[in-house]
Amino acid sequence: MDLSLSPEQEDIRKLVRDFAQREVKPRAEAIDHRDEFPRDLVDKAAELGLMGMLVPEAYGGAGLDHIAFAIFIEEVARFAASTAGILDVHGSVGTEPILHFGSEEQKRRWLPALASGKTLAAFALTEPEAGSDAAHLKTTAVRRNGGYTLNGTKIFITNAGQAGLYTLMAATRPGAGADGITAFLIAGDNPGLNVGPRFKKMGLNGSAIAEVHLEDCLVDERDRLGEEGQGFRIAMQALDSGRIGISAQAVGLAQGALDDAIAYARERQQFGKPIGEFQSIQNKIADMAVKTRAARWLTWKAAALCDAGQPFTREAAMAKLFATDAAMEITLEALQVFGGYGYLEEYPMARRVRDAKAGQIYEGTNQVQRLVIARDLAPAR
Amino acid sequence: MNLFLSQEQEEIRELVHDLCLERVEPRAAEIDESAEFPWDIKELFAKNDILAIPFTPEYGGVSGSALTLIVAVEEISKFCATSSLILSVQSLGSLPIWLAGSEEQKRKYLPPLARGEQLASYALTEPGSGSDAGGMRTRAIKHGDTYVLNGSKTFITGGSVADTIVVFARTDQDGDTPARNISAFIVEKTMPGFKVGKLEKKLGIRGSPTAQLFFQDVALPAANRIGDEGEGFKIAMRVLDHSRPGIAAQALGIAEGAFDLARRYARERHQFGKPIAEFQGIQFILADMATQIEAARALTYAAGDALDRKLPDIGVSSSMAKLFASDTAMRVTTNAVQVLGGYGYLREFAAERMMRDAKITQIYEGTNEIQRFVIAREMLKEDA
Repeated sequence: MDLSLSPEQEDIRKLVRDFAQREVKPRAEAIDHRDEFPRDLVDKAAELGLMGMLVPEAYGGAGLDHIAFAIFIEEVARFAASTAGILDVHGSVGTEPILHFGSEEQKRRWLPALASGKTLAAFALTEPEAGSDAAHLKTTAVRRNGGYTLNGTKIFITNAGQAGLYTLMAATRPGAGADGITAFLIAGDNPGLNVGPRFKKMGLNGSAIAEVHLEDCLVDERDRLGEEGQGFRIAMQALDSGRIGISAQAVGLAQGALDDAIAYARERQQFGKPIGEFQSIQNKIADMAVKTRAARWLTWKAAALCDAGQPFTREAAMAKLFATDAAMEITLEALQVFGGYGYLEEYPMARRVRDAKAGQIYEGTNQVQRLVIARDLAPAR
Repeated sequence: MNLFLSQEQEEIRELVHDLCLERVEPRAAEIDESAEFPWDIKELFAKNDILAIPFTPEYGGVSGSALTLIVAVEEISKFCATSSLILSVQSLGSLPIWLAGSEEQKRKYLPPLARGEQLASYALTEPGSGSDAGGMRTRAIKHGDTYVLNGSKTFITGGSVADTIVVFARTDQDGDTPARNISAFIVEKTMPGFKVGKLEKKLGIRGSPTAQLFFQDVALPAANRIGDEGEGFKIAMRVLDHSRPGIAAQALGIAEGAFDLARRYARERHQFGKPIAEFQGIQFILADMATQIEAARALTYAAGDALDRKLPDIGVSSSMAKLFASDTAMRVTTNAVQVLGGYGYLREFAAERMMRDAKITQIYEGTNEIQRFVIAREMLKEDA
């Protein structure tokens, strides 16, 4: 065991920390208040080569590991969780299915564009009636000459309308459950794919989340990802590593909240001394710091297992559960340290609370994470 | 970055695990019930070089790695927290010598401890000086080449069975002012004037003797002072930075033991026609236990790695590990009793013992309130 970052990981941290401080931090408040998609930040991340971190160099990416990716997402999320979410969905669930299941042709067609940031990626699994129960999709893909016709509705799709590529799951054998699901790569300009209006949300403002409608959407045979019936597995594997990114986003939210709470506790004077000298504030800061660090280690552990090619479903679920619950708790506590000021939208504390809530819900609610963990621990006999 | 244990550490884990499963687990309930120090387990650990783990080969040991020690303590604690203290206290009592002792002191005292022929102990706490070492009353007054030690210590784990005890005493001359000048000394149990007082009756870790120690005009050669005069407090704090991850490891092991019990029971126990493990109410308890244990393990191993790599922020890392792992142990053991229902409350099952044992980890080697204070103080430093 040696928990020091490798020189490469250190370099990445320096690079992304600088990007987050210089570019993301000054934009965070406006992105939130105007609910505007941060295209400029996506472009800047692309200029720095950050859009294809997990993509091998042969396909125009940086060829880095999941720990480096987690560091990237965490650093961005310290200042703007919504931007981190956009980058995470693109780099993780949006890109990884092609890495693992794509044909050589599909890789050559999509990966360089994704890695350069020219094309933004989205991942479309969830439906209005298939949330946690993702095996029972209503979206159908019917075979036709040389391809498929897709019909149905996807909901809660991050990067909807901004993405040039949707990795989308549909039932090729409706009623067959998980075995009847197939994955497709659908270009954003496919005329059969229409994006609904962006949802107004509690938080993660700036992140485009919407419905995706498929109306006689024609998809070529060559755009099927993997085999027929393999889609559920592709989706579950994508979500496993996707949870590393969601965890990292939560760690960033927690770390950002902690940093601000510490700075405030040092400065804010009451009863003749900084409030950081009162034990009630100290206790909060200690607990916040411990949980943040634990969440980061869990995230990196899942990432390390993933990179080592070992099973990591349980560890990724644990990281997601722990980190997002911790982020919710910590952002609320940090707001409390700020007192009345924390309640004002003038400070980032309220925004972090709104953003943190999403982490407990998406990419599998934390209730589903607990089921995943429990089934893995004590399978029914 | 490498987040995995080495092959050697995995092998030591397996060895300790198998040995404890076979020899320690069957004794755990008896040790608790009788509240007697398990000399047989001590011999078992000595014979199998487990007591040699805290020491480097040059002093007769087999490892010296903090992380390896953590792994061993964790494994023992899964079965019997009392037994894990035999190893932890061997480390705690020898750390002052190892970290700050002279070469001569190390050569004299460490090898018999590594061989398990002798036991060590660490005596810092006093009736009026727990978390606040400034209230220390035990004094060592220098007369020529000898210190005369007077005073008493309390809550000394293993104090009644130890051969070698590192005792902290004030070496300043002025009477009732707060201690300013604390030094560390090696006391041997055979020294005239040393006496073991009553053994405490406790909620848990009942087979680990918690003793009062009395020192009446104990004549200590100056050669038994560890480090310089006045360095004692610094040594004590350094030792605690090194030993807290051991408490974290103990807590972690207790939690894991309780979790295993709860999981096994949940799969076997049938109600309403199926194992209770198939009810979400139980599944969620198990999932939360396992997740918190994983987090506790990550922090604990990180502290061990920080010690092995001699990182500067080891104080914070070890406090974090101790705080989080011990709170986790308390929560997990309490919930394990809950999963076992009425049976969990019975002495016949190990869950209630684990719950009683877990409580001490929130208290000793610095209460968790002190850990929070230490962590926050570091976090709030201007240059942090």
